[in-house]
Amino acid sequence: MEKKEAIKEKIKQANRAAVENMLAAQPVWVDVARAGDVIPGMKKNMLLHAGPPQKYENMCGPQRGAAWGALIFEGLANDAKEADQLLASGKAVIEPAHDHDSVSGAAHMISFSQPAIVLENKTNGKVYYTHMKEDTFIALRYGSHGDHTIRKLKWLTEVVSPIFSKGLKKVGGVNCRDIIAKSLFMGDEGHNRNQAETCLFEQMFIPVLLESDLSKEQILEVARVLQHDENFFLYQVMASCKAMLDAGKDVEYSTIVTVMARNGTEFGIKVSGLGDMWFNAPAPMVKGLYFPGFSEKDANPDLGDSCITETAGIGGFAMAASPAIVHFGTATGVGGSVQDAINYTKEMYEITEAENPAYQIAYIDFRGCPTGIDILKVLDTGIQPIINTSISPKEPGRSQAGAGLVRAPMECFKKAFLAFVEKYKLAQKS
Amino acid sequence: METRIVIKKNQYRDSVFLMVINEQTRSLPGINEIAVMMGTVNNKDIIKEVGFFGPEIDSATSKDIVICIRATSEEEIERALAQIDEMLTRKRRPEELEDVYKTLESAIRERPETNFAIISIPGQFAARETKKALNHGLNVLLFSDNVPIEEEIEIKKLAAQFDRIVMGPDCGTAIINHVPLGFANAVNPGPIGLVAAAGTGLQEVVCLIDRAGGGISQAIGTGGRDLSDKVGGLSMLKGLDILDNDDETEIVVLISKPPGPTTTKKILKRVSKSPKKVIINFLGSNPELISSFGATFGQTLEETAFLAVAALKGEQYQHRNFSTSEEELKRRLKEETERMTPNQKFIRGLYSGGTLCDEAMLILNDSVGEVYSNIPLKPKLRLQDLSKGQNHCCIDLGDDYFTRGRPHPMISPDSRGRYIISEGEDPQVAVLLLDIVLGYGAHMDMAGALRESIKVAKAEVEKRGGYLAVVASVCGTMKDPQDFPSQVQNLEDVGVVVMPSNAQAARFAAMIALKNNNRIG
Repeated sequence: MEKKEAIKEKIKQANRAAVENMLAAQPVWVDVARAGDVIPGMKKNMLLHAGPPQKYENMCGPQRGAAWGALIFEGLANDAKEADQLLASGKAVIEPAHDHDSVSGAAHMISFSQPAIVLENKTNGKVYYTHMKEDTFIALRYGSHGDHTIRKLKWLTEVVSPIFSKGLKKVGGVNCRDIIAKSLFMGDEGHNRNQAETCLFEQMFIPVLLESDLSKEQILEVARVLQHDENFFLYQVMASCKAMLDAGKDVEYSTIVTVMARNGTEFGIKVSGLGDMWFNAPAPMVKGLYFPGFSEKDANPDLGDSCITETAGIGGFAMAASPAIVHFGTATGVGGSVQDAINYTKEMYEITEAENPAYQIAYIDFRGCPTGIDILKVLDTGIQPIINTSISPKEPGRSQAGAGLVRAPMECFKKAFLAFVEKYKLAQKS
Repeated sequence: METRIVIKKNQYRDSVFLMVINEQTRSLPGINEIAVMMGTVNNKDIIKEVGFFGPEIDSATSKDIVICIRATSEEEIERALAQIDEMLTRKRRPEELEDVYKTLESAIRERPETNFAIISIPGQFAARETKKALNHGLNVLLFSDNVPIEEEIEIKKLAAQFDRIVMGPDCGTAIINHVPLGFANAVNPGPIGLVAAAGTGLQEVVCLIDRAGGGISQAIGTGGRDLSDKVGGLSMLKGLDILDNDDETEIVVLISKPPGPTTTKKILKRVSKSPKKVIINFLGSNPELISSFGATFGQTLEETAFLAVAALKGEQYQHRNFSTSEEELKRRLKEETERMTPNQKFIRGLYSGGTLCDEAMLILNDSVGEVYSNIPLKPKLRLQDLSKGQNHCCIDLGDDYFTRGRPHPMISPDSRGRYIISEGEDPQVAVLLLDIVLGYGAHMDMAGALRESIKVAKAEVEKRGGYLAVVASVCGTMKDPQDFPSQVQNLEDVGVVVMPSNAQAARFAAMIALKNNNRIG
């Protein structure tokens, strides 16, 4: 009995320590640079994908499409067929972005020559990466790999990214925590809605560009990207969340989740006290609303690293901050009222360790976002983390299909728990 | 195929809201494709992807709603447009939603004044959750059944440590501070407090008290096993403490199915120390033993209720078998027996309430002799084949055998309706004996729901030249949500004799059977 209490206490302290490290993070967007030059372990023939590790032959449609597109973009393949051969033969390799301090949105494949968002946690000096977001729904991140998409990527790399890089260096980096905190008071939840973040960023960034020696045409390129893509800032938010969560990893005895991610076939999580092990389950289908031309039958199972936002306590966890998007509830059959949004957030307090004092929600009396998913609480309550997410088309080459809500599968948490019991030898002590 | 493009200038709607409109109009009849979106550059790409083109789309801006519809006719387009307009302008009234707490911890954090939990989850997890509630200082009503008896003992001991009560497991009925919980009736407030290890027993007694002009302070359930010697009456003892300390309670009533001998004595010792008048109905117990501890023995649920009301009014209780006049009773008896055939001998009780079934068997046992059952008074009277009745028998349709994976007969008329019809096919049956239990949680019109089956059964017997008597009682009050008088009326309309209590119904059923048997004998 004594033993049991002692272990409980160890877990409690470990979880507190892990989450304190997370909450202390100060993510700052410092640069846009060539992925191959900055991402650790990146190789010319390597592609980084969302979610847990997988084999090419099991990869879902949209990721295949993106992989072909990335290899064509790199000049390693002339068309989808050649790209497919490179991947099937192992001449081109795929690895999880998470294994390279990175995150990848939806089906996107990060490749050597692509521009990477470089983001530093100023608290511990560690650096994290993701790709730049294409300002259209017909994009590599949904499996598009046609000429239009390749041209768009090239333009993003050659024309747009250097302008961002210049501005960021001039201003000395952009504090993302500050932008996210403000945006939660403006109707964003940070995953499916990033409009306020994008505006806040634009508001501070355009004057910086105007003060530089960039031409009007160059500045207009950036301004247009920000104008066209309401969710531009999502990827900076994702990298910020990755930086925050990574600060809480590898705390012995901690049962706090540090990663949730999907590769379109499997949903995987990592847990602080369990190091780099993945605990996977089949990726669920998203319940959602569809764009014209798409319906449920066109949808791929849940996909992308973007649920790193929920892992960090925003996105679906901060639904109460973003009543405008509660209509997703209509599609899931649980109603679409503002009260439903509040209930989603309140429910997430049941499975989390802390309330983030930096990210507050006005509608629920400025409570902090529910932060630090505890696998023990998930198992104890049966409450699965709620995720706001986009829906990818299952066939490669189409645009975003829709958006909606999904719950992280319970099986991941069960597997993690069993591994925890094994690692810390808890089985024989009842 | 017809196409229509409508631009609503300078009207902003949230994109997710427009996706809902898309979703809800795309399935309208005749619609081939529909797009309702703000006219942003990216959205216009999507609109083109699904095959809508035109200068009005090109000139639409991110401030305009673009509506594109392709359908088989103009009428269908008009209908869809009308619906879209309706949705764009609909005013929603904010819903009043209850606060929902997903865990005990958050409920207590946000409502720290909470002192009571009702737990209704699969039995294997029930003890764990009950312990949690007790650790937070809550009293518990544990509705769940299939809780192992060892766990029942454990949680009841833990409750005693915290000076709290666990009502249950398998506690379906309680009235706490005048709030009915589980299957419970709407009763008048008053000074009679009850503790019962018998759900429908408790319901019958509180209803009879209410209808006789008395009122209830508390009705505490304990779960059916509480008075077994293994559990030792832990919850009933705590319930007695509560009622002793409750200023509103003047008279205490204890009800149980046959308790364990050791526990009976333990309870009676505790009763002898109570400053209040205590009336006890332990089915099948020894009256002398009970009175030797200073308590009053109620032989039936009905007598127990009337003893309590008499004590309350300061009147002398006088036992009567029937509350109807003797002539009326004779007239009814004649009516019910004159058309029976000589081979109609047996009483078949079809019960939704377990304690009511017990009470009927005790009464019938004293008058017509042995009664078979799935919950028999003696092991040798166990019904082997539960698909049909046998000799005199009473079947408790709320027993686990019938309710596993199916609704309880207080909620659903299905199992009883089938039995009524099949018993009508048995030429030896003289009387069907039924209970109709009203109150919160019970079926809203059980009498109405059983009428057809009763008619069918009666007609079947008449076809054979006989007559089927059906005797019932309605366990309920005038304030119950089902409307007591109309429930009685519903039964009487199809020729059911409705008696004022289950005990009287059983007695009258016995009289019918005896009279018909004597006539031939």
